[in-house]
Amino acid sequence: MALLFKSVHLIDPAAGRNGEFDVLVEDGRIARVDKNLPADGARVVELPRSFVMTPGLIDIHVHLREPGQEHKETVATGTAAAVAGGFTAVACMPNTEPVNDCAAVTELILKRAADANLARVYPIGAVSMGSKGEALTEIGDLRASGCVAISDDGRPVKTALLMRRALEYASMFKMPVIDHCEDPSLKGDGVAHEGATSGLLGLRGIPGAAESVMVERDITLAELTGGHVHIAHMSARQSLRAVRDGKARGVKVTSEVTPHHFVLADEALATGDYDTNFKMNPPLRETSDRAAMIDGLRDGTIDVIATDHAPHHADEKALEFDHAPFGIVGLETALPLCIDRLVHAGVISLARLVELLAPNAARVIGVEGGTLAEGAPADITILAPDAEVVVDAASFRSKSRNTPFDGWKLTGGVAATLVGGRVVHVNDAILGRRDL
Amino acid sequence: MTTATTLRSRHLLGITELDPEEIDLILQTALAMKEVGTRPIKKVPTLRGRTVFNLFFEPSTRTRMSFELAEKRLSADTLGMTTAGSSVVKGETLADTARTIEAMSPDVIVMRHASSGAPHQIAKICRASVINAGDGMHEHPTQALLDALTMIERKGRLKGLRVAIVGDLVHSRVLRSNVLLLTRMGAEVCACGPATLLPPGIESLGVRVTTSLDDAIDGADVVMMLRVQHERMHGLFLPSVREYFALFGLTAARLERAAKDVIVMHPGPMNRGVEIASEVADGPWSVILDQVANGVAVRMAVLYLLAGTDGGHE
Repeated sequence: MALLFKSVHLIDPAAGRNGEFDVLVEDGRIARVDKNLPADGARVVELPRSFVMTPGLIDIHVHLREPGQEHKETVATGTAAAVAGGFTAVACMPNTEPVNDCAAVTELILKRAADANLARVYPIGAVSMGSKGEALTEIGDLRASGCVAISDDGRPVKTALLMRRALEYASMFKMPVIDHCEDPSLKGDGVAHEGATSGLLGLRGIPGAAESVMVERDITLAELTGGHVHIAHMSARQSLRAVRDGKARGVKVTSEVTPHHFVLADEALATGDYDTNFKMNPPLRETSDRAAMIDGLRDGTIDVIATDHAPHHADEKALEFDHAPFGIVGLETALPLCIDRLVHAGVISLARLVELLAPNAARVIGVEGGTLAEGAPADITILAPDAEVVVDAASFRSKSRNTPFDGWKLTGGVAATLVGGRVVHVNDAILGRRDL
Repeated sequence: MTTATTLRSRHLLGITELDPEEIDLILQTALAMKEVGTRPIKKVPTLRGRTVFNLFFEPSTRTRMSFELAEKRLSADTLGMTTAGSSVVKGETLADTARTIEAMSPDVIVMRHASSGAPHQIAKICRASVINAGDGMHEHPTQALLDALTMIERKGRLKGLRVAIVGDLVHSRVLRSNVLLLTRMGAEVCACGPATLLPPGIESLGVRVTTSLDDAIDGADVVMMLRVQHERMHGLFLPSVREYFALFGLTAARLERAAKDVIVMHPGPMNRGVEIASEVADGPWSVILDQVANGVAVRMAVLYLLAGTDGGHE
């Protein structure tokens, strides 16, 4: 049945819309967007005036852990977390077991996604077989089976030569190479950002330069090859400078930042209780790095906000700081953090936030969506920017609870999520018992 | 100066958590405890009926023996476990290790661990008092306390004392605890080591940093040499023992720049001919064996302050 949203505040930067519109959804697509549309048999939905309709948000950096690490997350639980967090689509990294380096694994992930039937899932294939950094994967076959990008995420693309060849080869299929930039020798066995905090806590450090030397390498190679490099989870101010310079030279480089890297800095560790939920890679950096990420979000150097949703089982995180795995879950905390810390804090407008989470994300990985223009898929996120939200890890849809934000009170939530015109998530606490 | 009569925390995880009055309280108590070691029967009933677990997840000889002796002199029931590597090596989480020990109702857990923060994580779970006997590259609070006791005995004060700490600074928990304690007590600390072994942000703790040994020693009242592990000697930290000794090894000749009555300290175990020449280690400046003796007294004081009962102390 057709659905008519009456007088809803629509923010659709790609279509140049920011104001009150009627939005008609029919057969899973946006049929019309205009003022004063007649109901014509469509079910009419009226939302509170403080709510905002946006194109379905897309998280281009998640770890769904399936196949192989289903104790941490599955495609079903990960996509449930996604829609609960307002994301209608996710792109999942290939560091599963086995690595997503061939069509068979890609197809398995897509089958699980179809079974779950929640968020859209865009698999990211590996750059190299087994992500070992030696031989290229069959990138054409990965593309044909549904991969949207290639990455050896979790590990950096090992050598400059492999990066060069990957950029050249992937450009035939118009796919970006997404790189987890980190020089392994500079990282060593580091577990926290190298700085005053790690020095005081006696934690082995990872300098910001471990990231930026590889960002510089990749930008140089993107310039050489004309390929598209996307810098994953950028964290260091030196990296931001490199991306800014690269963009100014016309290099095809895009970049993303995670909410935790613009909300937290390494001083969060200084409480000294060695909470492993503050251990992630890249590590929480200094306040000057955090400030640089915010500048990048403002000036366009950063194209996308992505969560690097990295579920780990509680038993794995209950280890010494040195031994606990890196990473935190992000899908169900991203929106409240973004709205609270970026929009309400006056850093960027809500429209700019939507741009970072929807059209830009779609553009980087070259997928449909990111807009609610007529004819686009009816992937819709309904935000409640003024809702008071308390992060409650125990109620996450994700299988894992590894978050440093548990208990945080934030302003800004997700009221509902629609994928292909179908309601896949309703937040009763925000929406009340309203019918959708 | 002493106004504190008890410690605020029931754990001793690091010097970080101690204020100057608490440090003074521990040192004054340690001075009183030294007397016990001079008696023919070196034992008081202070911790009778108390159980102390010594958990050494990293090999240790002197610290473990020093704690055990302190516990025995206070009449505690003690038992120990030494295991190389972390709990993860055994396939057990740190939290499970903590709960297992907790189930045996210890009063005090003395813990050494190769990972920074492991005692802090245990302390969050256990009801027992946790004493950090060295965690990774983080802190070794009883070492800093025994060093301070030794300085006070020899110099009569900490305030205004010029202390040079020399060696592998970045990997040293002894450095961190000493810097925190000494700056808190008003000493002037200079940290000296090769540029590859300087901890980031150390200046923020109020110490002067130099890579010149002569500069560090100049006018020093105390020179504390830190151990440099052999595995760091041939590789990307340092090129060779020979060059290290030439640049950073403490010799009698180099000590001439120090204050006339300078004392030389070392937390042990020493690498003779690497960071310290034998002529210095065995020379008139050396208080290295005093440090060992004071270690027992300081650990008795800490155990007493954390686990002692008012009526039990003689």
